[in-house]
Amino acid sequence: MVVFHVNGKERRVDVTPDTPLLWVLREKLGLAGSKFGCGEGLCGACTVHVDGQPLRSCVTPVGDVRGKKVMTIEGIPENHPVKKAWLAQEVSQCGYCQPGQIMSAVALLKKKPKPTDADIDSAMSGNLCRCGTYGRIRRAIHAVGAGASTKGGKKP
Amino acid sequence: MSEGTGISRRQFIKTSALAGGGLLLACHIPFGNRDAAAAGEASFAPNAFLRIGTDESVTVIVNKSEMGQGVYTSLPMLLAEELCCDWQKVRFQPSPVAPEYNHAQFGPIMVTGGSTSVRSEWERLSLAGAAAREMLIAAAAGRWKVGPSACRAENGVVLGPGGKQLSFGKLAASAAKLAVPREPRLKTGARKLLGKPLHRLDSPAKINGSAIFGIDVAVPGMLTAVIARPPVFGGRVKSFDASGALAVPGVKRVLAVDAGVAVVGDGFWPAMNGREKLQIIWEEPEESKISTSAMREEYARLSATPGLPARKDGDAPAVLSAAKKRFEAEYEVPYLAHAPMEPLNCFVDLKADSCLIRTGSQFQTVDRNAAARVAGLKPEQVTLETTFLGGGFGRRACTGSDFVIEAVQVAKAIKLPVKVIRTREDDMRAGYYRPMWYDRITACLDDKGLPLAWHHRIVGQSIIAGTPFESAMVKDGIDDTSVEGAANTPYAIPNLQVELHSPKNAVPVLWWRSVGHSHTAFVMECFLDELAHAAGIDPFQYRRRLLAKHPRTLKVLETAAKKAGWSKPLPRGHGRGIAVHESFGSFVAQVAEVSIDKKGQLKVLRVVCAIDCGRIVNPDTIKAQMESGITFGLSAALFGAITLKNGRVEQGNFHDYQLVRMQGMPKVEAYVIDSNEPPGGVGEPGVPPIAPAVANALFAATGARVRSLPITAEKISVALGKG
Repeated sequence: MVVFHVNGKERRVDVTPDTPLLWVLREKLGLAGSKFGCGEGLCGACTVHVDGQPLRSCVTPVGDVRGKKVMTIEGIPENHPVKKAWLAQEVSQCGYCQPGQIMSAVALLKKKPKPTDADIDSAMSGNLCRCGTYGRIRRAIHAVGAGASTKGGKKP
Repeated sequence: MSEGTGISRRQFIKTSALAGGGLLLACHIPFGNRDAAAAGEASFAPNAFLRIGTDESVTVIVNKSEMGQGVYTSLPMLLAEELCCDWQKVRFQPSPVAPEYNHAQFGPIMVTGGSTSVRSEWERLSLAGAAAREMLIAAAAGRWKVGPSACRAENGVVLGPGGKQLSFGKLAASAAKLAVPREPRLKTGARKLLGKPLHRLDSPAKINGSAIFGIDVAVPGMLTAVIARPPVFGGRVKSFDASGALAVPGVKRVLAVDAGVAVVGDGFWPAMNGREKLQIIWEEPEESKISTSAMREEYARLSATPGLPARKDGDAPAVLSAAKKRFEAEYEVPYLAHAPMEPLNCFVDLKADSCLIRTGSQFQTVDRNAAARVAGLKPEQVTLETTFLGGGFGRRACTGSDFVIEAVQVAKAIKLPVKVIRTREDDMRAGYYRPMWYDRITACLDDKGLPLAWHHRIVGQSIIAGTPFESAMVKDGIDDTSVEGAANTPYAIPNLQVELHSPKNAVPVLWWRSVGHSHTAFVMECFLDELAHAAGIDPFQYRRRLLAKHPRTLKVLETAAKKAGWSKPLPRGHGRGIAVHESFGSFVAQVAEVSIDKKGQLKVLRVVCAIDCGRIVNPDTIKAQMESGITFGLSAALFGAITLKNGRVEQGNFHDYQLVRMQGMPKVEAYVIDSNEPPGGVGEPGVPPIAPAVANALFAATGARVRSLPITAEKISVALGKG
């Protein structure tokens, strides 16, 4: 039995502690927003926050998050500035990588409310997007940094 | 399915199937569910593509798979424009597999591909919306006892004389009782929706984690399987020992399927742990122990011999043999994996007399029929529900239906709902690639420096040969997808000969975003650049001279050059390259600006893109698809290569099959030409020009001509050493 917190609620799961957090979230807790892309921490589609830090849940054994606070895409409020900016900039294409992108962006903006391009490169280069939404992700992050999304954002 | 309509899937398919036969309008709008009783009194279902609820909801049923290209917005926009509904009330719903949802041009299959969604559905959805609008107006006119011409529809309301008005929802039930107009008239006047950058209807679900992709499908009691696959293509299981796998907690079954040995568990992780414990002896046929290095030598040898003719204007060989100076080059591109972010997967619930499949398919009819064959059912007993696709790029339109067949085989054996998931390594190593190509071109110039003769030999596998589409798509030995973009080049070359060799081997090949154009644009646009430099003419001006009779190609070329500031000076170590290519009914030009540092590291800084895709639906979606195609093509240009050694694919995951990341993403500007031409595609045409634009920019910056993709630091240094 592993006990930890997910999106503010205590969860107990009966799995072997080596099971990656990603599959516990997806299969045991019904939180399928975090995605499987590579299984090796190479693509970032599975990114969640553990005690506020972005982490690749596909290579994080659930035993390592015992007693910790996990936040997934499902825990990000609908009116979060990052989500609003994502909509305003019309970032998504296929959408598969976007939960991971958003989790990385939320973590970046918490640490650096007005990130530079170099900050974005460094925080976001672990998140692959096969559809090529990088330019819009960059714009959306800058828009949050500039506070634009709180005023309804710009049309793309 | 029943959302807002009160109609069940079963009823829908039943009545749809009935209507699929004879009741078609002249404009081929399938009626789908026309029966008011079956539709439920609460809704208006004038054809297969539209439901209007008494709650004012407008549901557009979309027969194309959403894989990033925005069809769940662009297709509803086409219908809604003519319906004159309130866009805020519009929602989308994926269609089931039924004849009325077949491709409007490709024959009796439901398929999303060839960048055809908007252009093939434009007329049908416009007419479907117009017909419904006329019925709603007729219903209101009947209620008010006035002529329909005294009424009009606007923003979800029918307006009549004396300020009378009734909403679509209030008219739905009476409109449902009316006959469908045989020749609905399209509206005249200003467009309300088309041409506007409307926000995508699927974005909210995609950013809060609620969008269901195939890999997210789950039902109570479902098991999860992974498959151990042979190390080489065509390999088979000789024998296996399942005892270690079966000892893993959570592993339920181990069984052989055509694709290998399936390990079924009560979750992905137990199945994976079980797979690691499998002992398998594989049978590896000799012919599958191939290596790309040996294939390359064979292709090079073939390129020196005549192939089947794909184009012959004038007499290129004779002109070339008489020429004082000839230019000759070999170009090559490797196998490429589609590598969608969502690895392939498929959910199957197989019962004695029915089969439910939920997956992200681009090829629903083909996949459903394949499933029926494997399950021993009739096609109509198989229901295929299309989920969101975490990328497709052609991989989910598989001529062999591989990811569906293997899942049905597992389901058939275990008799429980099951989802087969491929790991990234499975996805990358188990096949279906863009073919490897080898091209040899010889050319000579006239006294003005323009191409006089061009003799081009193309060597590579046919993606169509050996599939059910061969008889329709391969003519006289020429698979058009092997030569598209080369055999039909718009450049004015008086003596042009294109030949094709289609060697066969064990590597499974498939269409990959932009198909043949993904290789021909690189070859054509780079070699033309070589000739321009040989003639001492600016590569942009050189192309202009050769495109005088192709105004749309010329326009995008000039637009991209102008927006990029083509003739403006650049810092030392920087260079600009240009390329233009027509594909899928659209014309795209790109100018890439690159820099190279002292270590020989190439960086793509900026890409300016111009597209003429004819009449447009959503300009922001078009721009997004240009950004997308450029990124996708850039990954291939800089990193992409699948290689084989002794039959084994050498790459497996994103560390050795790299993609462009945020830090390597150039600034992209996309310009959409204002055009009244027939609509063209946008999903693929952004891909072909980027590789040649970058290679040409590299040459402009350094003098290094790299004729082989991907453009690696090593190839640049070799080219510089030679050059």
